[in-house]
Amino acid sequence: MLQTNLTHVLTASAHQKLIQENENVMICCGRMGPMCIPVYGIMEELEPEYSHVKFADMEFDNPESHPIRNAPECKGFMGIPFTVYYKNGKLVKATSSIQSMPQVRSILEAQFDNKKQ
Amino acid sequence: MPEIFDIIIIGGGPAGLTAGIYASRARMKTLILNEGTVGGQLVLTHEIANYPGVESISGFQLGNIMKKQALTFGCKIRSNVQVTGFDYSANPKIVEINGSERFFGRTVILSPGGEPRMIHVPGETEFKGRGVSYCATCDGDFFTGKDIVVVGGGNSALEEAVSLTKYASNVAVVHQFDQFQAFPYAVEEAKANPKIKFYMESQVRNILGDDSVKQVEIEHLPTGGKTMLSVDGIFIFIGYIAKTQGFEKCVILNDRGEIIVGTEMQTNVPGVFAAGDCIAKRYRQVTTAVADGTIAALSAIEYLRTN
Repeated sequence: MLQTNLTHVLTASAHQKLIQENENVMICCGRMGPMCIPVYGIMEELEPEYSHVKFADMEFDNPESHPIRNAPECKGFMGIPFTVYYKNGKLVKATSSIQSMPQVRSILEAQFDNKKQ
Repeated sequence: MPEIFDIIIIGGGPAGLTAGIYASRARMKTLILNEGTVGGQLVLTHEIANYPGVESISGFQLGNIMKKQALTFGCKIRSNVQVTGFDYSANPKIVEINGSERFFGRTVILSPGGEPRMIHVPGETEFKGRGVSYCATCDGDFFTGKDIVVVGGGNSALEEAVSLTKYASNVAVVHQFDQFQAFPYAVEEAKANPKIKFYMESQVRNILGDDSVKQVEIEHLPTGGKTMLSVDGIFIFIGYIAKTQGFEKCVILNDRGEIIVGTEMQTNVPGVFAAGDCIAKRYRQVTTAVADGTIAALSAIEYLRTN
């Protein structure tokens, strides 16, 4: 399990349940490594601010993370973490490798247009 | 009446966190403002085996311990903020974050750290995470059975080139000089590896691809001859630069953009100190950053006592 304070997604079925039951979901699929830790930190920081978004992580090396690793939107990705954003169960945006706070924030604003709670 | 901090520390890597520990333990009202994740480049290190007193620890764990220590002593920390303005000649000194919020401090310690140097060629940003990488341990396994380029000629570049041969079929090391800066052991190990080929006195000019990297164009500097390498990835290890952009408006930097400090970590501006990878110095280690942070905090405390 990843050492973060985010919701941990451990199975493909839990992943499916999460995106079905929540309108806006951001999942960071990675390891406890240099490119991933900063993204988890950003998500933890943003979680209270974006209460209409469910923030979660998933271990990249867990075979159950195949819905993210094999998503067509992640084709060509060769750097972890794979960070994916779902709206009403549909994958609407995916990024590869480390992202900055402004990059993450701009995707959240663009994809999850609800006003911040 | 706005809250006035005794010490505002800009940057939450090992230098900034150590300064935060010392300052807050001395009951100074202390605030750390950090642009990224607390821990700085420390959290980017998988294993630290040469930090005295600790046999082996991940950078992430060590950074978290330092953060916890600082918080325990009452230090306030704001992370993932962007410093958008400052006036260090004012009294108290002013630091603005995110274009709106202002903080006031009687002294300031600058410890923004460093960041990986980019090669700034077409394709580098576009293919980040799609074949362009700065971390072999993170992304090496994506290149199993593939051909890659490694850019650089220091210890990191050659050690990572050797480590990447665990995955890649062929590794082309591209280095701009005719000799390596790496220690002899690293050079020998790389040269002895049959999977590694060297392109000396050469620089990358272009990174090309579609969904991901497919080709890297290099130029042989003495002749100007161009070569197109068909590869799936490129790893860049050409060192770090100080994150001091904008600070030239307030403190004296050297020609490498590093802050010039005295032996007490003081800058040319009274009440402004600097510590860690952002200062002009030769060795950049967690231990040297921690030492700088200690000196900067003690100097700031002394400044507050006498001014």
